[in-house]
Amino acid sequence: MKMLKSALIAFSLVTTPVVAVAAIAPVTAPVVAAAAKSTVKAVLPEAPTALAPAQGMGQPVNGQIGIQPQVTDLGQEAQWFHDALLMPIITVISLFVLGLLFWVGFRFRKAANPVASKTTHNTFIEIVWTLVPVLILVVISIPSIKLLAAQYKPPSKDAVTIKAIGNQWYWAYEYPDHGGFEVVSNMLPDAEAIKRDEPRLLAVDNRMIVPVDTEIKMIVTSNDVIHAFAVPAFWTKMDAVPGRLNEVTFKVQEGKEGVYYGQCSELCGARHGYMPIAVEVVSKENFAKWIASKGGVMPGAVKTVTAAPAAVVAAPTPTLPAAPAVAAAPVAATK
Amino acid sequence: MSDIAATHDGHAHDHHDADHKPGFFARWIMSTNHKDIGTLYLIFAILAGIIGGAISGMMRAELAQPGLQWLELFSGATGDQALHMWNVLITAHGLIMVFFMVMPAMIGGFGNWFVPIMIGAPDMAFPRMNNVSFWLLVPSFILLLGSSFVSGGTGLGAGTGWTVYAPLSTSGSQGPSVDMAILSLHLAGASSILGAVNFITTIFNMRAPGMTLHKMPLFVWSILVTAFLLLLALPVLAAAITMLLTDRNFGTTFFDPAGGGDPVLYQHLFWFFGHPEVYIMILPGFGIVSQIISTFSKKPIFGYLGMAYAMVAIGVVGFVVWAHHMFTTGMTVNTKMYFTAATMVIAVPTGIKIFSWIATMWGGSLSFKTPMMWSLGFIFMFTVGGVTGVVLANGGVDNYMHDTYYVVAHFHYVLSLGAVFALFAGFTYWFAKMSGRHLSEALGQLHFWMFFVGVNILFFPMHFLGLQGMPRRVPDYPEAQAYWNDIATYGYLLMAASMVVFFVNIAYAFMAGRKAEGNYWGEGATTLEWTLSSPPPYHQFETLPKIG
Repeated sequence: MKMLKSALIAFSLVTTPVVAVAAIAPVTAPVVAAAAKSTVKAVLPEAPTALAPAQGMGQPVNGQIGIQPQVTDLGQEAQWFHDALLMPIITVISLFVLGLLFWVGFRFRKAANPVASKTTHNTFIEIVWTLVPVLILVVISIPSIKLLAAQYKPPSKDAVTIKAIGNQWYWAYEYPDHGGFEVVSNMLPDAEAIKRDEPRLLAVDNRMIVPVDTEIKMIVTSNDVIHAFAVPAFWTKMDAVPGRLNEVTFKVQEGKEGVYYGQCSELCGARHGYMPIAVEVVSKENFAKWIASKGGVMPGAVKTVTAAPAAVVAAPTPTLPAAPAVAAAPVAATK
Repeated sequence: MSDIAATHDGHAHDHHDADHKPGFFARWIMSTNHKDIGTLYLIFAILAGIIGGAISGMMRAELAQPGLQWLELFSGATGDQALHMWNVLITAHGLIMVFFMVMPAMIGGFGNWFVPIMIGAPDMAFPRMNNVSFWLLVPSFILLLGSSFVSGGTGLGAGTGWTVYAPLSTSGSQGPSVDMAILSLHLAGASSILGAVNFITTIFNMRAPGMTLHKMPLFVWSILVTAFLLLLALPVLAAAITMLLTDRNFGTTFFDPAGGGDPVLYQHLFWFFGHPEVYIMILPGFGIVSQIISTFSKKPIFGYLGMAYAMVAIGVVGFVVWAHHMFTTGMTVNTKMYFTAATMVIAVPTGIKIFSWIATMWGGSLSFKTPMMWSLGFIFMFTVGGVTGVVLANGGVDNYMHDTYYVVAHFHYVLSLGAVFALFAGFTYWFAKMSGRHLSEALGQLHFWMFFVGVNILFFPMHFLGLQGMPRRVPDYPEAQAYWNDIATYGYLLMAASMVVFFVNIAYAFMAGRKAEGNYWGEGATTLEWTLSSPPPYHQFETLPKIG
């Protein structure tokens, strides 16, 4: 970690003048970047315009009764399992029991059946109502186990790692693959949320930005008490436990760029209801732009970045013994 | 409050028997009579239920519309202190309803009253220990209520949730409040363990001649299984909260990763107790409903052995499913698959019970008196709560519903509409047996229908809120969750109004209720309590009954 940090600092020292040359606009987004913080305030490229949340996507809708629309394959598989299998089965069972109660209540009411039978056993029917539920449960368990296995499929090597850290009472998102900068995400005050046309209690100042159609490997942990990182539209919920690194993967489908809200889902103290999660899913290009605006660096882009400054750097800053560190940076950063 | 005084009067003045009764102090404070202790438990549970229910009203008022309405008024503070008040309310509501309402009413109240009578015993095996059990509960409740008036960290009171998860309950809650709550749980746990020992000993050793285990009424079976669950589960809770206490006060780090501990260990210990605990709350209800369905069908229970051993099976399997409460803590895929499968297994014995109740009614001669209505309501509502439990059992699906209002809806269907329906069923079934006076059937029916409609309007929309993503334990919600919360609030009002009918009914019974004969339900009521007068003599079965 120490080595990574020093390498990054050295790296930013080298790249900063180059970026400054390339940049046109001054930085607008508040930057909490580990790398940039320790150096002179860098002038970074502008972040792409923030997306506006879409009605009915990634947030509750008043009066609705179902699951929020899912934008990940896993979420859609789970939603299918719930909507097409579990819900019909439990509805039928509940109505069957209700129907039986009404029928028995009507057919065997005292007026209709003054003398009660003395039947207390029927082995066949008892076997039936033991075995039929077993069969129903087997039918449920097969897709259930399959879903679990799919949810635990390890992410591929090119997955983007983001570390979500729960704090009383805000989230911090670290981007270790992109220079290790951190985004601190606080809930917007009501008035500010309404001004930005975002839902109250869900809107945040700095969203967690992720690229579309890319596996996101979330590392979830906490600095104090237990929190839970949850985004209903991704079917993602993972506890943030101090002292533990929990991992959960999601991949938002192509074309599903947008804003998706969630809330802390484990009681964490007084302002438990006031530490929302807002994930903005952007195109890969805009993700790269956003990373650059944070002073971070794309893992794939590292080679070109390191190649370019090597040429430029050679002339104006020969004093910095940073060249070997630059080479080390991408290696360290991808770990 | 009037009903409490009335209960005392009822017992003090209804001298149907010539038995010598001790004076007021000796009878009610130093009680060794299982029926008196049962009555004390029931009064205690009703008082706790009023407090726990009032707290739920405070929560419903706060959730009636988006934004903060009442918390500042309730807490007399602003900012985080006011928000902390919310967590105090949810914690108190949960703990009170679980430990001071449902358990004392089911096990302490009906268990004490009817287990000895149903097995033909003169009293419990350890009458003085029985008294200790009850009187441990009183300081326990005082400690819990008192904890609301001392500092719990951010504000006054323990705001940890009834689960008391570390580290929120350790480093996250400074001040004496959580210590008081933990001590309260210790006392309540000790009370229940003593009670469990007493029930097990009584049922194994004090059955009348001929009352074999397989002839015991199902209510006695349910209390026997419950007592074993208490005996095995509560020591684990005691251990877990003792570790919390030492983590908080004596520098241990059982649940603190900084010292090599693990917060998730606490959750394993808690739910190893906590899951059997939900069966502790519902199994006596199964027993009560079995007696009532049989009585009002004028038929013996269908599949008696299956019913008894289904409860045993639920008790056994209930001990190996605990981690389904922890599906999002980050467990391995194999663990999650195991707990998914094991949890679903519980649906099988539960299904056997549901269908056996219906089969008991099949071919019967049914009358729909108040206790029967509560029991029918129980069967259907418990089915609804049970099937949403099957949904939640799937670890892969639970990721979505975990810690949302869907879970709140689920456990209120099995507890608030399950256990509480069973309690009202038992209360209306046995009230005249215990007091000697009849409740009003009309008021009873009115109470049932208002309560039934009310709680369904209150809790069914919570499924929708959960599916729309509303987390549990939040005092405010986005405007997009306003619609169903608004509907739920109307349900609460109807339910609360029905409780007025309930208390009026009790007052009516004591003031003007008809005197009850020994077996007022007629030929369907076959257990031993119906062979005695109403109320039973102060000491029954001085000559043991012979069971054929």
